[in-house]
Amino acid sequence: MSDPILEARDVHFGYRHAAPVLAGVSFAVRPGRSMALVGESGAGKTTLLRLLLGLARPGSGAILFDGRELDLRDRARRLEFRRGVQTVFQDPYSSLDPRQRVSRIVAEPLRSLGLGSAVADRDTSRSSGLGSAIVGPDVSRTDRQAEIRRRVTAALDSVGLPADAADRYPHEFSGGQRQRIAIARAIVCEPRVLLADEPVSALDVTTRVRIVDLLAELTRERGLTVVMVSHDLGVVATLCEDIAVLERGRIVERGAIDTVLGSPSHPYTRRLIASAPRLPSGRS
Amino acid sequence: MSLLTVNGLSVHSPDGRALVRDLSFSIGPGERLGLIGESGSGKSLTALAIMGLLPAGMTVSGSVVLDAPGMPATEVVGAPSRRLDRLRGRAATTVFQEPLTALDPLMRVGRQVAEPLRRWRGLRGAALREATLSALTEVRLSDPERIARAYPHEISGGQRQRVAIAMALACEPALLIADEPTTALDVSVQADVLSLLANLIAARGMSLLFITHDLAVVAGVTDRVLVMRDGTAVESGTVLDIVTAPREPYTRDLVDSARTFDEALNRRKP
Ligand SMILES: Nc1ncnc2c1ncn2[C@@H]1O[C@H](COP(=O)(O)OP(=O)(O)OP(=O)(O)O)[C@@H](O)[C@H]1O
Ligand SMILES: Nc1ncnc2c1ncn2[C@@H]1O[C@H](COP(=O)(O)OP(=O)(O)OP(=O)(O)O)[C@@H](O)[C@H]1O
Ligand SMILES: [Mg+2]
Ligand SMILES: [Mg+2]
Repeated sequence: MSDPILEARDVHFGYRHAAPVLAGVSFAVRPGRSMALVGESGAGKTTLLRLLLGLARPGSGAILFDGRELDLRDRARRLEFRRGVQTVFQDPYSSLDPRQRVSRIVAEPLRSLGLGSAVADRDTSRSSGLGSAIVGPDVSRTDRQAEIRRRVTAALDSVGLPADAADRYPHEFSGGQRQRIAIARAIVCEPRVLLADEPVSALDVTTRVRIVDLLAELTRERGLTVVMVSHDLGVVATLCEDIAVLERGRIVERGAIDTVLGSPSHPYTRRLIASAPRLPSGRS
Repeated sequence: MSLLTVNGLSVHSPDGRALVRDLSFSIGPGERLGLIGESGSGKSLTALAIMGLLPAGMTVSGSVVLDAPGMPATEVVGAPSRRLDRLRGRAATTVFQEPLTALDPLMRVGRQVAEPLRRWRGLRGAALREATLSALTEVRLSDPERIARAYPHEISGGQRQRVAIAMALACEPALLIADEPTTALDVSVQADVLSLLANLIAARGMSLLFITHDLAVVAGVTDRVLVMRDGTAVESGTVLDIVTAPREPYTRDLVDSARTFDEALNRRKP
């Protein structure tokens, strides 16, 4: 099995002045095996993602990135991490800067990572409609601007937003459109890992199918691995290979998704599967 | 007599795009209507128009009449905000799609839930405190004391969403508008919160406008649905009719997409 990109080792965490939120959490995210994190509201899923992103540090235990302890104080390591790991937050609106146009918001990872170098580092075979590898570090400024614009447009298009969305501000969009702006920003630089917190929860089914198809395509063709918090077991079953079930800060069940959904062993997992709302069927 | 009558409602953006077009529907006392449609189809703007809360610069035409018991029937379109202030809360209340934008980030959650209880039920002191905690318990928040003391950013997404529901229910409105109120809830809590909503609505004779993109969810909550697309209503009927025999190609797509995930779940099950 290939080495994990991200790993949590016996992680414990508690917010200040509060009861522990995570206790003894361990798991590994391996390339090509997208992982679902499910669990009751308040179980600690968002907290866990924050730790994996280095936004909070474990009280004890460790988060590893490419086999080494995550350390964002080191500039080189931080850039490498940001280049490889992108995120979609649970409340997309609050993660979008209201004063910036969508074009600027979506382009942010390209700018802050330095588009030229980000692309030059990558193996050319991974270039895509979303991005392109022809741009080397020595391209001129105008070429780079044009390239950024092209990739932003492609990213917006891939999440089903029109090109003129680029010129507007976040408050001019519906809830689901904002969620898609956040997704466009996260995939525009073709990360290795996408940590996504309920990325499709605000989306209608048609749009949801589109986004899930997009993510599935990126995992197949661009080496993306998704770590997704979702309470939608249908989405999870479509996209992920592995699943971890969190209950009150502990992983109570984990494994290949077919096994866990097919024969859940923990009572919470069973309850989760049993209460999935289903379509009324006139047929069967 | 209807509690809410929307007639020929249209909303235009500041730059003149038609975002909602000629929408008409009504909701009677105790009735529940689901509003479904794809992302960007105009569901939230419709809710905002009913409350008279559209963003500045938008132009609205048509008519929205709220006729709540104990209050004079009011035309919302064009009404002065003073007049609307008296309606909001008691006649109609909304659970907004993004709870974080509706909650005051600088105020403890408990105080925010207590506010409508104080205002509408006249509770004070220990009775108010108790009612606040029970409002939080009702929406299945397991540690209400801690949640009440916390600020909105100190609780999880699903906890915030339930706080927003508790606040809206505390108003005991004649019409509850719930805009995607359970998107952040896992299915088991969602099931409980939906049945809580259904029970309270029945017990208090409330009416409900339930906005969702989730056909499976709407099926459990409302009797009728209205399907929106590009700002207009394309189809309406009972939930079962829409799911089993959608007439419009767009609705058929919606149902087919919903089945995709429904079936992914079936495949993975024994
Ligand atoms: N800043 C904070 N300070 C104190 N407690 C917090 C803070 N943020 C979250 N919590 C608490 O930690 C627990 C885990 O929260 P977390 O956001 O990780 O849950 P979650 O699994 O993502 O839930 P949801 O599905 O509702 O989003 C919750 O009980 C929450 O109230
Ligand atoms: N303040 C605004 N200025 C300009 N256009 C807006 C504004 N708010 C919303 N819109 C546009 O109006 C349309 C309808 O938005 P609305 O929020 O009603 O959609 P919705 O049906 O609630 O979608 P979702 O399911 O994604 O929440 C969208 O195309 C959106 O981009
Ligand atoms: Mg969360
Ligand atoms: Mg909306």
